[in-house]
Amino acid sequence: MILNNAPGAGPATLRPPILLLILASVFSLLPLSAFAFPVNALDTPNDGGRSITVRWTIPANPPKQWQVLRAEGSGSFAPVDTIAGTLDAFNDEGSRDQEGIRNGFSYRYQLVALPADPAVDSEVSQAAVPAASWFDTGKTNVFVAIFAFLALILYYIWRAQSGTTWSFRAIAGLAAIEEAIGRSTEMGKGVLYVPGVQDIDDIQTIASMIILGNVARMTAKYETPLMVPTNSPAVYTVADEVVKASYSDVGRGDAYRSDQVRYITSEQFAYVAAVNGMMLRERPAANLFLGAFFAESLLLAETGHETGAIQIAGTANVHQLPFFVVACDYTLIGEEYYAASAYLSKDPRLLGSLKASDTLKILLIAVIVLAAVSLTLGQSQLVDFFATQ
Amino acid sequence: MKREVPLLISMVAGIFVLIGFFVPHPAIKTTYDDIQQWVIIVVAFTYVLGVANVLRINWTQVSRKEADWPFKIALIGGMLATIAIGFSEGSHYLDDGSKFTWIYNTFYSSMSATMFSLLAFFIASAAFRAFRVRTMEAFLLAVAAFILMLGRVPIGNVIHPALPEVADWLMEIPQNAAKRGILMGAALGVMATGFRIILGIEKTYGADGGGS
Repeated sequence: MILNNAPGAGPATLRPPILLLILASVFSLLPLSAFAFPVNALDTPNDGGRSITVRWTIPANPPKQWQVLRAEGSGSFAPVDTIAGTLDAFNDEGSRDQEGIRNGFSYRYQLVALPADPAVDSEVSQAAVPAASWFDTGKTNVFVAIFAFLALILYYIWRAQSGTTWSFRAIAGLAAIEEAIGRSTEMGKGVLYVPGVQDIDDIQTIASMIILGNVARMTAKYETPLMVPTNSPAVYTVADEVVKASYSDVGRGDAYRSDQVRYITSEQFAYVAAVNGMMLRERPAANLFLGAFFAESLLLAETGHETGAIQIAGTANVHQLPFFVVACDYTLIGEEYYAASAYLSKDPRLLGSLKASDTLKILLIAVIVLAAVSLTLGQSQLVDFFATQ
Repeated sequence: MKREVPLLISMVAGIFVLIGFFVPHPAIKTTYDDIQQWVIIVVAFTYVLGVANVLRINWTQVSRKEADWPFKIALIGGMLATIAIGFSEGSHYLDDGSKFTWIYNTFYSSMSATMFSLLAFFIASAAFRAFRVRTMEAFLLAVAAFILMLGRVPIGNVIHPALPEVADWLMEIPQNAAKRGILMGAALGVMATGFRIILGIEKTYGADGGGS
């Protein structure tokens, strides 16, 4: 910098023409973005890496579109995407026609106005380095709830193994399962078990397979025919194994028949037609509808009702419950359905898990009341903590 | 071993999927995604077993001339013809105008729609039974349903402008409260069932049942 040291002038004072010259030189060296708005680039949190989130405050007169430029390390900028001018964030995960984002490399970003208007181009962001996260902090609340529940289950299983017993309210529908099988035995008719219309990866179907094991033990003991039509080949293979194993468990492996469990079809209404046909032709004395059901629930239950069979249904699909309640003798609602295996088996460890469920339910009710009160008083921290993504 | 190995596989897979839910790191996520793909592959193989089961059971009934055996021939013939036509059309079997699509639209779709349409009649008979007032609870149910049905049709507004509002209130407050209570209970049941399987105390679903 050239300073004027002539007599009469202050040591730090510049002569006007020289000042203009200096300012002009400085401006010519600086990029236009020096006067533009800032953008902030950061590693996208809670992801597997390979992603950078760019944020900015929308300028007073935003352009129609932004062209997002990216530079890896000290390399040159290249366009990665064109986005609307009204946006205030961009998540860069790379694209198919561009080289993607790599973990551990640094990236800088700049927004360029489209149509071109250097006056609203952004500054170049600071460098951001993408990294993979080892824990999704957005799921902390779920983590806390799940592991609190796991701790409760382990505690009550330990108590059960130590000899503690608990009494649970009687669930009429579960008590009626044995009664229904007994009725079928007396009438010399079979039991129809429908495990729902979802595949084996659905927890309701898995719960249904667990109940099927208990039902098959009873039918094996009483030598009552059991029919299990399935609508998924995966469910068929599992159900077949469960029934076979249950018959062996009670020493009636010889009574097991390979046509007791059968695959019908994966098509919803074709399955309904086949099962309704079985009900009308075979006239089972007990129909058990336990699993995930949808539009077919009433078609099945009403047909069963017409045949005069005792009917027990159980599902966690809330919208199908009214249909089952109307058409069946007993309905297991939501949690009762999942509690069935513990009730039927009377295994103390399984009953311990029910006790844990009940304890957590009481805790949840307390948290709901506390959250309602705190929100009413203007404190939202508790509610915010339990908000899921 | 027959009992322990499936339990161990269930336990390891269950724990891994649980961890995969919380850990987005590729070291876990990649294997987590692979497990999901394995499920699809395993299920694809079970279709072979399923088709074999359909053929075996129905063919046995035909060979023994059991009741309704001619229908079994129609089933086996229809299934084999559809599979053969689907294979003969290769990757174009779902194109517009393909024979496979024609079979699906002409036979299956119309029969499926027929089954679904029966629901209207079944709902009428079920509703008739549901709304027979025998107890106080049944009376409340019938009144709520009556208001709701009137509130959902234009004539309800003509009878009284408050009816649609009452119907909305019934759906949004008491109905939602009950539904959410059921859902929360069911969610706890899902978690309990999952943990019972992961911890290996629920054995009924596997081979060699392990029943008590």
